[in-house]
Amino acid sequence: MASESTNTSDAPKGNGRMIAFVLIAIAAVLFFIGYVDDYVPSDGNYLSIHPMDQFEIKPLFGAGSIEWYTPTNATLWMALAIAAITALMVMGTKGRAVVPTRAQSMAELVYGFVRKMVEDVAGKDALPYFPYIFTVFLFILFANFLGLIPRSFTTTSHIAVTIVLAMGVFLTVTILGFVKNGAGFLSLFWVSSAPLALRPILAIIELISYFVRPVSHSIRLAGNVMAGHAVLKVFAGFASALGLAAVAPILGIVAIYALEVLVSAIQAYVFTILTCVYLKDALHPHH
Amino acid sequence: MEGDIAQMGQFIGAGLAAIGSGAAAIGVGHVAGNFLAGALRNPSAAAGQTATLFIGIAFAEALGIFAFLVALLLMFAV
Repeated sequence: MASESTNTSDAPKGNGRMIAFVLIAIAAVLFFIGYVDDYVPSDGNYLSIHPMDQFEIKPLFGAGSIEWYTPTNATLWMALAIAAITALMVMGTKGRAVVPTRAQSMAELVYGFVRKMVEDVAGKDALPYFPYIFTVFLFILFANFLGLIPRSFTTTSHIAVTIVLAMGVFLTVTILGFVKNGAGFLSLFWVSSAPLALRPILAIIELISYFVRPVSHSIRLAGNVMAGHAVLKVFAGFASALGLAAVAPILGIVAIYALEVLVSAIQAYVFTILTCVYLKDALHPHH
Repeated sequence: MEGDIAQMGQFIGAGLAAIGSGAAAIGVGHVAGNFLAGALRNPSAAAGQTATLFIGIAFAEALGIFAFLVALLLMFAV
């Protein structure tokens, strides 16, 4: 057993990097090929790029108007994210082996990562709220990663999606703060370590910064994801205009795609860690 | 190129608001750079502070997001 594990841990280091690079390259080329048909210009102008068209919400069936119950590409990819999370967690917890399978170790890794984050940032008494934070983290992570599949739809690029997540966090945290601390929660805005004369001014600033939390919380995620995807598409537009010289922008797409993989994970992490910070404020409002 | 002067004002305003994103980039660079400077002096303490790093980056970035929000509002809501 021991020799087997050292053998497997030795070899794949270079291999894994190679495979990852090849996968990213294939994905980027697919991305380019998938979108090239959108770039046959009707007016002969190859530089008429529409990088924001990819965020258009379309109904899945037919072309009618979009009501709140209409299945659209946004709802489809959100449902796929949920399905992927469910699959990972169900497969990961099925065996419960001492030596974990790949699915199990992925599930354990994510679970341990988020649990440690909640414990470190928000404190031990925040652990009852861990399932909610874990759900939010997994949803954003999977929605971001599924959005990186060529021709897919990135649900988290829409402020309409992220504002729901952010408002959910904001309302949860605010209600929780009042339930746990009563009116004492308002001491969050009364900075008792500052000089008395400054406190009213600070209270106003704290109050404003408290209420813009859901705005920055949601737009940070949507803005980062949307900007990254728009850049990819702008480069795809360059590639379609350049003919054989398109190699250069395609290499650019490969690099930006790799960056987007990183951004997807980091933005999910940042959203979750800010949720933890807000939760800590609700549980311990005293400065 | 036709269009009215109000639309021109919208576009110019949105472009000016985009400068705020660059200002936020300076802020994020300061946070990350100072973290790296501290981490290289005391690498053993760095691992425990990555959460603080990301929180700091997020707060610096938040103000750039408001500039972006102003640009969005000018482009699509005004």
